Amino acid sequence: MGDLLKVTIDNITVEVPNGTTILQAARLVGGEVAPPAMCYYSKLEGSGGKCRTCLVEVSKGSEKDPRPMPKLVASCRTTVMDGMEVKNITSDRVLDARAGVVEFLLLNHPLDCPICDQAGECHLQDLSYEHGKSGTRYEFQRRTFKKHDLGDYIQLHMTRCILCYRCVFTADQLTKTREHGVLDRGDHAEIATFIEKNLQNDFIGNVIDVCPVGALTDKTFRFKNRVWFTKPVDAHRECTTCCGEVQLWMRGDEVFRVTARKDEWGEVKESTKGGTGWICNTCRFEKKQATDWVIEGPSEVSRHSVIGQGHYVNTVKPKETFTDVMKGLEPRLYMDIHDISEVNKPEVSLSLLDRPAHSTDFGKK
Amino acid sequence: MALTNRSVAIDRSPMTFVESLYLPSIFKGMGITFSHIFKKKPTINYPEQTRPFSPVFRGLHVLNRDEEGRENCTACGLCAVACPAEAITMEAAERLPGEENLYREEKYAAKYEINMLRCIFCGLCEEACPKDAIYLSETFAPANFARKGFIYGKDDLLIPNKNTEPEAYAKAKGLNQ
Repeated sequence: MGDLLKVTIDNITVEVPNGTTILQAARLVGGEVAPPAMCYYSKLEGSGGKCRTCLVEVSKGSEKDPRPMPKLVASCRTTVMDGMEVKNITSDRVLDARAGVVEFLLLNHPLDCPICDQAGECHLQDLSYEHGKSGTRYEFQRRTFKKHDLGDYIQLHMTRCILCYRCVFTADQLTKTREHGVLDRGDHAEIATFIEKNLQNDFIGNVIDVCPVGALTDKTFRFKNRVWFTKPVDAHRECTTCCGEVQLWMRGDEVFRVTARKDEWGEVKESTKGGTGWICNTCRFEKKQATDWVIEGPSEVSRHSVIGQGHYVNTVKPKETFTDVMKGLEPRLYMDIHDISEVNKPEVSLSLLDRPAHSTDFGKK
Repeated sequence: MALTNRSVAIDRSPMTFVESLYLPSIFKGMGITFSHIFKKKPTINYPEQTRPFSPVFRGLHVLNRDEEGRENCTACGLCAVACPAEAITMEAAERLPGEENLYREEKYAAKYEINMLRCIFCGLCEEACPKDAIYLSETFAPANFARKGFIYGKDDLLIPNKNTEPEAYAKAKGLNQ
């Protein structure tokens, strides 16, 4: 057996080193062949195996033992064997099982997407849109939780949580002390701090980025804007604690939100300085001025993402010919929208508030 | 090549004496005109009279309230993203304790504006709305001399509260109800 193992996923053969999981091999192929993953996060050690959305069918175990695996396996935790044949989207069993998994994940999910700040970049939204069924067979009250306050920066919505454990691993592996975890068991299991405690670690803000749903969201961005109305740009700054390479979500010159840069699988990208590009709390929550950042240019947005709506790149603005034709006359403006409009007033910068806007912020007319 | 057999060659021969008097043709034309006096009038005296709107008519927008008079809109932005004319803008805010009787959800539209100069009344906002908050009513946008009168804020759009201001609510429901 050589160094590289041959594995065939959906009739596409790739060669991967020993110890690679099926999911990672499928991601090398890319596109639809890669199974969706809600809990697995390649940058976090020990993640995966919990959500069961990445189930695949192994139709041939290996070259030496060609028997198929009797059950669907979680591709994020199963390593490949030489000559393994895997079926993902080509298998009806997998698609059926995935629809079932999505239905289970959505059993207790409140589906409050119109309110949720994650809408538009939510992995559960994508997953249920692609694999879910439109109806639910659940007839009982959805579970609710006592509200936990995780401090000034992070908002916890336990009802939206799918218990993927990503944030727990993030806190374990990135920060010095972990103050939150999963308490209780079964249906009562919840992300919480043992005693009411603020999460205050330099890198704790990254739990927002790893959360696949809207359970952990940025309080400084809360309800400020919808993600698809903001424009992602890559930016960086000199930061002593982190790599300082971030994505700014801007509207005009206002910085509404700062996140780490994500790759095509929704995971935090490698930084150019090496290592994963986690960003610190200072960069994420406190630098909300465009002047704090060196802007590199618009981020690449998938063509199919709603975030790309209304963002036009490589457009050439036609030259205004009015003044030339009218011998230097300026066009007469009949109405400046800012004189009348109450929305997006230039003198009110919601993005600079470190909390959600309230009725009191709009009261002064 | 003739496409149909209905084409008639123009008769350019000189007019006869009776034709050159023009009177028979004039009386014939007048006869048609006067006969319309006895026919049903196709027009109405707007604005004293109005025509009924069809049930699918898409007119001026209203922002809806629920049974308890709370605003339905949560400022999810789906109407704005669906709007092909980019006429809708909004700013969201978080509901404070004590405002539960005003807003149905914890997030609401603090500002909501429709630019009626841009709006094409396509009704896509109504279709996009997940909260039944925006509807296109059976009324026109009234004419105005200034452009600034066409920027409709929440004061103009929000339907009056059924419980606290029943007269205004009845009026807003319209004459056609």
